[in-house]
Amino acid sequence: MKRRFSRRYLEEKFFQALMGLSLLLVTGSLAGILLTVVIKGAPALTLDMITKTPQGGYYLGKEGGILNAIVGSLYLAGGGTILALIVSIPTVLGLNVYARGTRWADLVRLSLDLMWGTPSIVYGAFGFTLMLALGLKASLLAGIIVLGLLELPIMARAVDELIRMIPEELEESSFALGANRFETALFVILRQILPGLATAILLAFGRGIGDAASVLFTAGYTDRIPDSLMAPAASLPLAVFFQLNTPFPEVQQRAYAAALILTVIVLLTSLGSRWLAGRLGRYTIR
Amino acid sequence: MTNKLLLMPRASRPREVQFPSRRIIDRAGGHAFMMTTAFPLLIVILMIVALLVRTRPILESKPIGDLLLGQTWHPLRGEFGFYPFIIGTLWITLAAMLLAVPPCLLSAVFLAEYARPVIGAIMKPLLDLLAGIPSVVYGVWGLVAIVPWVQTIAAPASQQWLDFLPFFAVNNTTGYSILAGAIVLAVMVAPVIISVTYEVMQAVPDGLRESSLAVGATRWQTIKHVVVPKAAPGILIGIVLGFSRAFGETMAVLMVVGNVPRVPSSIFDPAYPLTALIANNYGEMLSIPLYDSALMGAALVLLMVVLIFNLASALLLQHILRRSQT
Amino acid sequence: METHISIRNLNAHYQDQQALKNISLDIPKNQITVIIGPSGCGKTTLLKSMNRFLDLVSGTQISGDVLIDDESIYAPSVDVTEVRKKVGLLLQRPFPLPMSIYDNVAYGLRIHSMHTRGHSLDTAVQHYLEMAGLWDEVKDRLHAPAARLSVGQQQRLCLARGLAVEPEILLGDEPTSALDPLSALNIEKRLMALKEQYTIVLVTHILRQAKRLADYAVFMYLGEMVEHGPAQQVLENPQQERTRAYLEGEF
Repeated sequence: MKRRFSRRYLEEKFFQALMGLSLLLVTGSLAGILLTVVIKGAPALTLDMITKTPQGGYYLGKEGGILNAIVGSLYLAGGGTILALIVSIPTVLGLNVYARGTRWADLVRLSLDLMWGTPSIVYGAFGFTLMLALGLKASLLAGIIVLGLLELPIMARAVDELIRMIPEELEESSFALGANRFETALFVILRQILPGLATAILLAFGRGIGDAASVLFTAGYTDRIPDSLMAPAASLPLAVFFQLNTPFPEVQQRAYAAALILTVIVLLTSLGSRWLAGRLGRYTIR
Repeated sequence: MTNKLLLMPRASRPREVQFPSRRIIDRAGGHAFMMTTAFPLLIVILMIVALLVRTRPILESKPIGDLLLGQTWHPLRGEFGFYPFIIGTLWITLAAMLLAVPPCLLSAVFLAEYARPVIGAIMKPLLDLLAGIPSVVYGVWGLVAIVPWVQTIAAPASQQWLDFLPFFAVNNTTGYSILAGAIVLAVMVAPVIISVTYEVMQAVPDGLRESSLAVGATRWQTIKHVVVPKAAPGILIGIVLGFSRAFGETMAVLMVVGNVPRVPSSIFDPAYPLTALIANNYGEMLSIPLYDSALMGAALVLLMVVLIFNLASALLLQHILRRSQT
Repeated sequence: METHISIRNLNAHYQDQQALKNISLDIPKNQITVIIGPSGCGKTTLLKSMNRFLDLVSGTQISGDVLIDDESIYAPSVDVTEVRKKVGLLLQRPFPLPMSIYDNVAYGLRIHSMHTRGHSLDTAVQHYLEMAGLWDEVKDRLHAPAARLSVGQQQRLCLARGLAVEPEILLGDEPTSALDPLSALNIEKRLMALKEQYTIVLVTHILRQAKRLADYAVFMYLGEMVEHGPAQQVLENPQQERTRAYLEGEF
């Protein structure tokens, strides 16, 4: 059997090598990002960074931390996630239980796809327009609303996927007992997707907390921890961005530390969602 | 103890205590759910209308052709040409996709077809993890790693060997360039594209692969002729998702592309994408007439592109699916 | 013989295909009626017309009527959830709900607020698990996820869950087809015991099962009801050529 030098054998080897290289390139770059953030950020990461708000002269390299941005980001993303959840769960249940297979459902799904593809800076601009119309100033509330809009399609599409994977017989089992659609949606469908829902919620939270462009003009930036919904709120991505733009190396160092903190929060969220999904998956029917 | 009710003759059992409220709740719940489903559509319409209203002042004072094709951006003189920004966005996004798609598809093929299942099982959650890294972090990486690399290695190398090629001329020595932006974006969308592609390739039934291998095809031939065509619609979705993300990205790009409002002619030139234009200028200098309206116009252009792009890809997908069914 | 379900001139169409052709049939009370026929003959459609499950398939058109206890279940004033409460259904594969064993049985009781009528939920759950022959196997782990039960146990759980809403009729759509022979036999035994109190309608493609269980038999072919009558007669001494051909394994 002639094998070694046939054309298709060479083609196979060539593409195998190319694939190996590609994977190496991609994973290498991604690892490079994590390494960069850790190497650059770790030296400037002190306890003060995560326990103090900026003190006088902080932006010239003096004392303080970015607790304002950490708390602000958690508030913003947390609020946005709750808002997105409140809208996306009924929307998706409506699409799958009451409007299944209708043209309306197709239209709504298309709108969700459009929202998903809409750049976050457009949400920022739209949010600012809305604020002007409502007479709001840059505030925690405005930031939460804009992040809610940004997170809505992420969560809704993920949950929609989950519900579409449920075997039809599971819903039928509930109908066969005389349950109506509302009861089936609430007690069976929601229960079945609970683990996936936890993942979707935390996925949306992660996207929300990492987004800078949408909160740029809507949430503002302040050195104080926000004490009301109407107060402006700082955020971690903007803390990175603003500090990086200062001319002082000490402050730039802190930008790297802020980036590290942000990355750690996002990674923890992601790991947490996996853990939670495992815990909630006990009752799921496969 | 048994259920006494069962032992009674059926006719004499008490009639079920009926809760008409159950039916009312079902109806009301259904109406409430259906009303919320209108929300996404309303938001899309509201966004378009709001941006249109805010853009109107500039649309009324300047012809739309001048805005979209105007070359100069000089708000103080009342010149608002979007052309350099639109072209900048296009260059960066396309360059990023050119850089990202081939290695991502190859990586996904490797994970789905060649690597042991364990590796795929480890890589998938890892990729999802990486897909969640905030864009600002990608920007930081671009700033400390990619911009200097372009400045000290890529640009000089290109100047020496590739200068004669049309898009590789080096007229800029800062490193802040389309290339830097494209690299950052390419790495940023990689987890999305790989993860989606890997998933759809895994969903291709093994029977198909086996029937191709059984007639003596090599694995690569099987992939090329059987697996990839079968997975094509899903792969397309992955690329579309990646493109959407790259196109709308603001912060990561803004930090590395240089933000010079000039039509670029080489990947080593700086550029100024629409997203960065809005982010850098909004909220400042709003006293300049029409400035604010022009920036809203930029947002409207972005939204329209997303709209057209999504509709086109939905139609394309429908077309592919219909053809593959028959 | 008392009639429990009465089907009158029932026709069903899926899009352009006629699944049931003018079926009229009386199903006797407190007996096991078995519907047999080759796959695609409309036997499942006929079964699902009796608890209005055809409503769930969009594009289905139904004419004719189904009466239970002389009341039409397709009348506009009828609450479909009440019909389904009165008519239990076992599916081909068991589908426990995504909750604990206990909550599966309690689900229907809670939905219909039946436990508020003076007897405790615990008692009722135990009672129905006993009726389904599952109590002894699960009494120590009532709050474990139902998904952890074996397939055979899951089907008996589905039976207990169905019994708990106190139906009068039990429908079974090949309820043993996903089970191992022993579990299947166990379900058959349960059904035999239950016919004292319930009217049971089963779809099956296993002839020997039909012979073991049936009091009354119906043979369907291509959407038509070819023959029906006491099981002895239809299964042992069919009058119709097509029935005989099917029983002799010609389809």
